[in-house]
Amino acid sequence: MSHYDDLRPEPRGSGHDEWLDEHAGPVVRPYVMTRGRTEPVRGDFSLISLVVAGRTATGTEPGLDPEHRTIVRLCQDPQSVAEIAAYLDLPAGTIRVLLGDLLDKGYVSVQNPQPETDFRDRRMYEAVLNGLRAL
Amino acid sequence: MDYERSERTPAGRKLPTAIKLLVAGGFGVGKTTLVSAVSEIRPLRTEEFLTDRSVGVDDLEGVEEKNTTTVAMDFGRISFGEDYVLYLFGTPGQERFWFMWDELAAGALGAVILADTRRLADCFPSVDYFERRDTPFIVAVNCFEGARTYELDEVRLALGLKPEIPLLLCDARRRQSGKEVLITLVRHAMELNSRTPADA
Repeated sequence: MSHYDDLRPEPRGSGHDEWLDEHAGPVVRPYVMTRGRTEPVRGDFSLISLVVAGRTATGTEPGLDPEHRTIVRLCQDPQSVAEIAAYLDLPAGTIRVLLGDLLDKGYVSVQNPQPETDFRDRRMYEAVLNGLRAL
Repeated sequence: MDYERSERTPAGRKLPTAIKLLVAGGFGVGKTTLVSAVSEIRPLRTEEFLTDRSVGVDDLEGVEEKNTTTVAMDFGRISFGEDYVLYLFGTPGQERFWFMWDELAAGALGAVILADTRRLADCFPSVDYFERRDTPFIVAVNCFEGARTYELDEVRLALGLKPEIPLLLCDARRRQSGKEVLITLVRHAMELNSRTPADA
């Protein structure tokens, strides 16, 4: 004897595959924004790749969506891919596609982090340790 | 001559070198708290797609792919002048996604595994993972009020940690304590990475 079943939320719509309300947000919107693309046309962006805008986007450029322009504005100061994603409230994968467009059109430049093989640079450790001690 | 990898951007600006550290551990162990305690910005949240690497790249077409998952990570930032910027990522608490962590761990200088002595088993997957991947890591026991305190030796034994892995107590809410944790990790990574024949 249990009322457990009564406590379950009403099913949304008739099928499980429907994207409704908040379910539509995180899946559909970014996907549409990139016109279905999942890979950037150019560039290889890690979460900590740093992006800086080399020029400004005034709003009349062809081929730029509002999100592209927001990124260009944001990157007047260097930002990591993770930060751009957080500020635009979009998944990192979507941001990578948009950044690829901007890189391709010459609006931004990107600095990828050092490869793991560079982790032997003692100066880096010293600098980071000194920085941490000074916190 | 001096080795310099930072390039000047078209704007003539030199970008800092970005460094990634991970904070792992079970759900609710205080990962975001630790990030927050040391970060110069309020922790931000980003979502990343993780893929099951046993799946071919071609299978990534389309969002309905079942072998990808989206995880949310909280992260913070500490800049050191113009040369270095440290990003601290709290890895997802869903340990069942451990096999998808490669994308998170790639390029990480090291990892802090936060442990809660009431749920030590929660950090087994992280310990296994970083050990196998050869990512430098340390274990920091977050001292929760009301939790029974254990000797660090007991914790080391329970986790099967090798003697060379640093293990320390911390209070993830306190900046000084978080700072000490990060210093311990960076020092450990430095020791591991400088063990080259040339330095011997």
